[in-house]
Amino acid sequence: MKLNTNSNIYTFVYMTVVVIIVAVLLAVVSQALAPKQQANILLDKQKQILGALKVDFSQADPAEVYYTLVQDTLNYGKQEVYVANLNGAVKYILPLSGKGLWGGIGGYLALDEDKNTIYGVNFNHESETPGLGAKIVEPEFRSQFEGKHIRNAEGAVVSVAVLKAGKHAEGQEQVDAISGATITSSGVSTMLEVNLTEYAEFLNELNEGKEEDHVESED
Amino acid sequence: MLSQKTKDTLLGPLNANNPVVVQILGICSALAVTVQLKPALVMGIAVTIIVAMSNVIVSLIRNTIPMRVRIIVQLVVVAALVTLVSEVLKAFAYDVAMQLSVYLGLIITNCILMGRLEAFAMTNNAWDSLLDGLGNGLGYAIILVIVAFVRELLGSGQLLGFQVIPQWCYDHGYENCGMMLMPAMALILVGCVIWVHRSLNDKEAK
Repeated sequence: MKLNTNSNIYTFVYMTVVVIIVAVLLAVVSQALAPKQQANILLDKQKQILGALKVDFSQADPAEVYYTLVQDTLNYGKQEVYVANLNGAVKYILPLSGKGLWGGIGGYLALDEDKNTIYGVNFNHESETPGLGAKIVEPEFRSQFEGKHIRNAEGAVVSVAVLKAGKHAEGQEQVDAISGATITSSGVSTMLEVNLTEYAEFLNELNEGKEEDHVESED
Repeated sequence: MLSQKTKDTLLGPLNANNPVVVQILGICSALAVTVQLKPALVMGIAVTIIVAMSNVIVSLIRNTIPMRVRIIVQLVVVAALVTLVSEVLKAFAYDVAMQLSVYLGLIITNCILMGRLEAFAMTNNAWDSLLDGLGNGLGYAIILVIVAFVRELLGSGQLLGFQVIPQWCYDHGYENCGMMLMPAMALILVGCVIWVHRSLNDKEAK
């Protein structure tokens, strides 16, 4: 007997079976690979933090380097601040997240102990245009931030602006935007500004919390 | 070694029946991933693998597929494969997966896949479908690489991320062509490739 492959019942049963097979297959694969993927995501985050700290980890195991440097995590509500001890100097690492042109952008901002001077910064992105917006991850762009101050002369947190060459920001320091990637560049600018406001609690406990941090980071 | 038909199935799409410049399929992704050579290469390889695999699978089940829902079945096969590949990449080649990011998911919507499934795999056996998939994937990859080569060289002065245009040229007034980074230039370049391809092939025909 030959099946009528065009009957309604056959079509219905066929699609149900196909969908169930595919769903089970994908679920099993996803479950099986999840631990490995999580490990990759964690390792990637650690590498990015090391990148913000300008630590060379090409000769060593990144996770090991990370755990020797980053010894503490401070929690401020939803925000996490990582405390690293780099050759005796305390650095704070603030995770950032924002929007680029095509998708999310993020990064890690490493601040000196004064919670003002930028020590280093690392950016990542989901889907910015290669050759344009994707250049935010490159050292040429990132290194501009080093040594900039996120506070103005009065000590208020004003962030650092990303502006086209020739433009000037009033009352805050600035870096050059990437030409041809206006929206990604202003996305970085907005991300810094918005995220720094969210870290107000951490940034404002200027000296009180510092001694405590010292003790914790020496543990 | 290979019969004439097998040869045509495998090598035809590389030139005379190229999916991009002759069938005008897959233009959309050809514009998106060709700013630099590396993503273009990886995308070409990924599409080749997925076209070949989905062609084989659809060819194997072609006689059981109800005609009225065949497009949906093809889509399910392609979507499942793409999801599998992206999960595996995330677990074993995280850097590559990040590099490809959205493009990997976009393979599902690449018209070459549906085109080959519908036009070839539905009516041919698994072995021929495998060759057809490989041929079309590589034909697509070649065009991507040509366009990406020109765009990265003229747009950034680099190839695969390495600087190839010496500093000397910049010192003497050479500048990178920013236009090359725009998607519009990819379309114009694909047009140029089609032009060259047509004029060459017409000569052969005569």
